[in-house]
Amino acid sequence: MEVKKNKVTALIGPSGCGKSTFLRTLNRMNDLIEDARIEGKIILDNKNIYDPDVDVVDLRKRIGMVFQRPNPFPMSIYDNIAYGPRIHGNRDKKKLDEIVEKSLQGAALWDEVKDRLRDSALGLSGGQQQRLCIARVLAVEPEVVLMDEPCSALDPISTMKIEELIEQLKENYTIVIVTHNMQQAGRISDYTAFFLTGEIVEFGLTEDLFYNPKNKKTEDYITGRFG
Amino acid sequence: MISARPSFDRELQELQQDILRMGSMVEQQIYNAVESLVKKDEKLANKVIEDDDIVDEMEHQIEDKCVKLIARQHPLAKDLRVIFTGVKIATDLERMSDNSIDIARTTIRLLGQQYIKPLIDIPRMAYLTREMVRTALDAYINQDVAAAQKVCDSDDEIDHLYSQIFRELLVIMMEDPKTISQATQLLFVGRYLERIADHATNLGEWIIYLVTGVKKELNN
Repeated sequence: MEVKKNKVTALIGPSGCGKSTFLRTLNRMNDLIEDARIEGKIILDNKNIYDPDVDVVDLRKRIGMVFQRPNPFPMSIYDNIAYGPRIHGNRDKKKLDEIVEKSLQGAALWDEVKDRLRDSALGLSGGQQQRLCIARVLAVEPEVVLMDEPCSALDPISTMKIEELIEQLKENYTIVIVTHNMQQAGRISDYTAFFLTGEIVEFGLTEDLFYNPKNKKTEDYITGRFG
Repeated sequence: MISARPSFDRELQELQQDILRMGSMVEQQIYNAVESLVKKDEKLANKVIEDDDIVDEMEHQIEDKCVKLIARQHPLAKDLRVIFTGVKIATDLERMSDNSIDIARTTIRLLGQQYIKPLIDIPRMAYLTREMVRTALDAYINQDVAAAQKVCDSDDEIDHLYSQIFRELLVIMMEDPKTISQATQLLFVGRYLERIADHATNLGEWIIYLVTGVKKELNN
């Protein structure tokens, strides 16, 4: 399966089919699980990310991740965004200000929070928190952004905002998103992979997969019929 | 197969039944229209014209049902094609009904006149056209690509009959210019039937598309 640059790739499938597990292999999050067994290769910029000489911390900077529930740190909005650049050694106040503004703008949150950057991030609404988490990922300038059901805890309006944001983000980033919402996959993704019992059943252009799937199992799943 | 959406399945089946009902109605209209012409039956011709309201209403109901299904059910893959082709097929059927009315109006226009020739090819054309519609409706219900292809293939025969009618009427008109008025009317009838057959060919194309997801242009 090829994840195309500056495109949105959606991973769909029933619960337990392995789509989140697959997503986590893309930035080696599964390394954190004891006795996880990993086979195969994941190539980013002509390099297998599972090669022994790959720095995992650096890798996760290049491949950022947004989770299902917004998980802001219990600190100010500003510090949430500055956290990543700081641990990567950036201490310049002016530079950090710039990064914070740029990241919040990138996540379409700047206008809503610019006057209260020192307030706690926990005071933001769920949708704002999730966009803050996206801004936090953008702050370390990744190439790829992984999203694991980023809208499942959000109301419809916040969901639309995140979807609109994803549409804008793909100009500069490559996005892989796990979603349980088929309509969401249809709205925002360019490519879709359908997973079932740990395997990719079908992968292709979203419009083809949703309009005329080649595999009967895909058809049954997306139309709500299980054989 | 266990469906997680039994009520949606039921609604899709209802939609297909609606299309079948509309198709049967239109098939009957084609028959009545040509029958009224052959038998100079004014009452039957008027019935064809009046039935148009029923066909229009059927078309609107199908369209309405389709739009609501799209809005509420977010259909994908084949479900989406069933609904989309439902709209397209209803449109083609409605046009066939319009052409039947054109024929019925010709019947009324020619009432009291002696026909310039016995009507032979027009009823043959009508019979074949109705066969196409009937085969298309069967193919629709059975999702039968081969039968749908057969409908499209039959169109050649219709075109052949139409050009035969055209040549024959042309000769009659050249021999006796007094026949021109009626001959033109009969020529139009041939043309209407030819149009109906084109719409039947469209049905065949939509059915193939419904089953395979690929749109083939077969109406040459």
